[in-house]
Amino acid sequence: MTIFTTARTPATQSKSPIATQRRIISDCLVVAGILAAFGALAYLTPGVVAPVGPQGIPSTVPTNLGALPYDAMRSVLRMAIALAFSFVFSVLYGLAAARSRRAGKVLIPLLDILQSVPILGFLSATVTIWLALFPGSMLGVEAASIFAIFTSQAWNMTFAFHRSLLNEPAELDEAARILRLTRWQRFWKLDMPNAAIPMLWNCMMSVGGGWFFLTASEMISVNNRAYALPGIGSYVAAASSQGDFGKVGWAIFAMIVVVLAIDGLVWKPLTAWAEKFRITQSESSMQRTSLVLTIIRQSHIDDWLGMLLRPVGDLLDRIMRPLGRTGSVSAPKASRQRAGDIAFNIVIAAALIAGTAALLSSIRSTIGFGETWHIIALGSLTFLRVALLTIVCSVVWVPIGAMIGMNPRLSRFMQPIVQVLASFPANFLFPFLILWFLAWRIDLGWGSILLMALGTQWYILFNVIAGASQIPDDLREMAANMRLPRIMRWTKLILPAVFSSWCTGGITAAGGAWNASIIAEYVESGSHTLITPGLGSYITEATAVGDTMKTLVGVVVMSLFVVAVNRLFWNPLERYAAKRFAITA
Amino acid sequence: MMNLTFKNTAAAGTTIRNAASKRVTTTRAEFAHLDATHGNIISAQHISQRFATDKKTDLTVLDDISFTLYDNEIVAILGRSGAGKSTFLRILAGLVQPSEGSVEYRGTPLDGPNHGVSLVFQTFALMPWLTVQANVELGLEARGMPRSQRRDVALAAIDAIGLDGFESAYPKELSGGMRQRVGIARALVMRPDALFMDEPFSALDVLTAENLRQEVLSLWNGKDQGIRSILMVTHNIEEAVEMADRVIVFGSHPGRLIAQTSIDLPRPRNRHSAEFEARVDYLYSVLTGTQSHPQTPRSAAGKTEGDAATAAASRQEQAAPMAAAVPSTLSQPPASAAPSDQYSSAAEHAQGMQTTADKAVDAAQPAGATPVGANGAHTMPRATAADQPFLPNATPGGLAGLLDVIAENPSGIDLADLASLLSFEVDDLFPLIDAGAMLRVLAVREGRVRLTDQGWAWHDADILGSKQVFARLALQHAPLVRTIDLALKQSETGRLRGELVLNLLRNRHEDAKAWQQFHIAVTWGRYGELFDYDADDDLLIIDEANK
Repeated sequence: MTIFTTARTPATQSKSPIATQRRIISDCLVVAGILAAFGALAYLTPGVVAPVGPQGIPSTVPTNLGALPYDAMRSVLRMAIALAFSFVFSVLYGLAAARSRRAGKVLIPLLDILQSVPILGFLSATVTIWLALFPGSMLGVEAASIFAIFTSQAWNMTFAFHRSLLNEPAELDEAARILRLTRWQRFWKLDMPNAAIPMLWNCMMSVGGGWFFLTASEMISVNNRAYALPGIGSYVAAASSQGDFGKVGWAIFAMIVVVLAIDGLVWKPLTAWAEKFRITQSESSMQRTSLVLTIIRQSHIDDWLGMLLRPVGDLLDRIMRPLGRTGSVSAPKASRQRAGDIAFNIVIAAALIAGTAALLSSIRSTIGFGETWHIIALGSLTFLRVALLTIVCSVVWVPIGAMIGMNPRLSRFMQPIVQVLASFPANFLFPFLILWFLAWRIDLGWGSILLMALGTQWYILFNVIAGASQIPDDLREMAANMRLPRIMRWTKLILPAVFSSWCTGGITAAGGAWNASIIAEYVESGSHTLITPGLGSYITEATAVGDTMKTLVGVVVMSLFVVAVNRLFWNPLERYAAKRFAITA
Repeated sequence: MMNLTFKNTAAAGTTIRNAASKRVTTTRAEFAHLDATHGNIISAQHISQRFATDKKTDLTVLDDISFTLYDNEIVAILGRSGAGKSTFLRILAGLVQPSEGSVEYRGTPLDGPNHGVSLVFQTFALMPWLTVQANVELGLEARGMPRSQRRDVALAAIDAIGLDGFESAYPKELSGGMRQRVGIARALVMRPDALFMDEPFSALDVLTAENLRQEVLSLWNGKDQGIRSILMVTHNIEEAVEMADRVIVFGSHPGRLIAQTSIDLPRPRNRHSAEFEARVDYLYSVLTGTQSHPQTPRSAAGKTEGDAATAAASRQEQAAPMAAAVPSTLSQPPASAAPSDQYSSAAEHAQGMQTTADKAVDAAQPAGATPVGANGAHTMPRATAADQPFLPNATPGGLAGLLDVIAENPSGIDLADLASLLSFEVDDLFPLIDAGAMLRVLAVREGRVRLTDQGWAWHDADILGSKQVFARLALQHAPLVRTIDLALKQSETGRLRGELVLNLLRNRHEDAKAWQQFHIAVTWGRYGELFDYDADDDLLIIDEANK
């Protein structure tokens, strides 16, 4: 609470008379913005909670152009709700994992697995559950869609929050404890502000990645039945199944507008505001600015909010006192603690063994182990695609990214563009590419690699740009001074310097590609349906016909593939990069 | 068992205190406020701190320290890095739980952060996202003080520490000195019984630090801020002598009390007065005496009683004009030191007296001219650490530079002068001095350092020659370097996995320390062209020149 009420900058305090007029204009703008937000909410809500009509849940949406703005807003609302849930989830999960030693031992590996699970494979199971929870209301499908987005957003945010809790500066932690802050106060004075910047960046990443799943989850095919929600994703799906590419083009345009609007109205002001949470010894030379934030700061709205929220904050502060103070130790005896640990480990091991046994026995009684080997073989096929994609994307984008990153003017110009490209849902382009595949007779076995790459290649580019822009000037001047030939410049300086950024980008891109295989190996456009053998298409087909066991085993095998590749390839590579190629002063 | 020891100590403490108060009344009136009848704020009994190393063996960081903080005194904890000073401070503040022993605040055992203590941090520890005022209000908010009231209190404290006008600034807009003022204001508004300061001035430049020291002293003198006592950790000897009523000195490996001395100079203290300098020199000699002392190497101390006695006697001659006592418990006020044991700290020998309470009584009794050091030498308890002493964290290049500086004073130079000449603090200087003493290129005696013959040989040699001298000395006197060299020479390939050496080190050090020792040995070996280390393959490789 209080971090908002104390969010006063010197700018708002220098109230010169000349600025009065500007402040009044700002007030008007801010009030108009708030009213517009509430108005949009009131406009959208009836559709969200509407009862299901007599003909049941619609399986498609109208594609007249007039519906597009409404659809886009519905998608944004869905995204916002999912983000809010992800945020709360990551805070609670992160706190539990960081504050309790035993919980952390289970929660963190679990999170590692959860983030490797292909979300789209889940949809079938969850839709059934949500429809049962909200019978006779569109809220059921809505909740299923929001849940799908949530599962694509929550994990990286949770990791970020957990990591920032563990990396709190030791002296700030000690200060909080010696000042005897209550747990509630500590959360708002230390934990949350310290996590603000990583959380914000991960929110942005989550939303960027979330568009892909949002569009995929607005029209769900389960049990030989399709459910459609009004939204920009279902609009594209409906338009492309009608073969109306003009409307797909309009939807792409609307999507770009949405991405840019969110960037300007939400992320820019938030990143500029979050600069105050950066832990530095000195003021940074480069100030992030945002017009929207300036307008909000010029207006009186922060004063009003402060006046409004301060009593609420004080009240909450009092209510939350019984949660206790931070850092009060009442350590149990070592022997009892050890006994507790052993009991805890036994329970966890028993649960793991029981779960595995249950899975194996149900595999034997249903699809059989022969099918499982078949699934693993398909997984290897998809693995080869993902590997090829990672290699090709790296070969293409690492040199380009490094060149952009080393040119400050170019990188300032390109970075926002790449960010928008990364958050643009690639599946909007699928209809066009499929036309191309059909015309040129390109096999989807190869084509699916391109489809997967469309969404995930940007992570590599984005990270390499960031890495290359951090190469110290000294080293580049040295390279120029020594007259290093081009080859040596790249092998001795640039490639080692961007190596660890490439790892970060590569792990994200590869993970995303696995997920994307579910919609890239099985594509429908108009009258055409293209399928290529692979684990992704296997899961999609099993979901469509409602074969729960096949879906489940497919999802488990894919998760195992992702976890194994991360553990055996990416993690050692990251460790090596940190040891060998870290640029330190 | 625990209880028994406890009672013994308590009894010993009483004896000492009785003896003390008698003397106080007759000799030193200004110590009257330290009389045993006065309240103690925080008392710590038999504090030990151990960490489990990777090999499950315990590593002792603090060893059986007892200490009491009384009303109305400023106490400085002095020691080298790694002596556990800051850990001890945090144990008293209730931020760290000791492995053994108990801490009481005004008679109540701690079960969490000590609410009578406010802590001022070396790196300020201000929340960067809160304004100066919000930072100062933080502790009051935690107490649940209403908004308007805490604003008034905070503004008053901000005024008192000279931050008027900076209320709405963010910490990153302030200079280091101003930030530390915020840290002090934040501590002062809590009206703490004890103000704890953890190297509060070491992150500041010299002038700012001096200015803040004076302000803290005047706040303490004024008493209107409600600070009763100050406990500060420092590795700056001048700072300790300038500010403290009592200085306690920690030895390293493991951290333990090796000396305490009262500074009874009137304030303000003149840094250039002879008394001031004498106390500074004395503390330097105490700190250099803790280990790797060329005249009294640890292993020798246990073997021949005569040597130790001589060494102690030679110090006795110096007879610094101040009180010091090293009993097992420092619970008695410093004034207890009798004229006869005015100088009784003989660093490592003091260990011998920490073991039992009986010896503490011995030590405190006016035992004629018997040097306490000799007394302790009988029961040199932990000679074990001596067969593999730490490599001091110094680079050969730094050591060579130090030799150049010392060589300009052929008759030797006082450590205090050397430190101020180089603007070094104890943490910067002592590793170099230790390394020089370990390699026998420096001789340290009574706080004074000069080159040995070997030191001159190194100093006068050219680049290659100096490397040869260094290699020879490191092989002779640096056990870890010798161990690695021997192992490499015995192996057929002249190669050795670094992990092997590290695992040996992990038996006695915590992981970070083991890495540090390994790293130092590699640096020394490389400089002496004895062996090289390939970090990629984790291989130690014997140098061509050394085959």
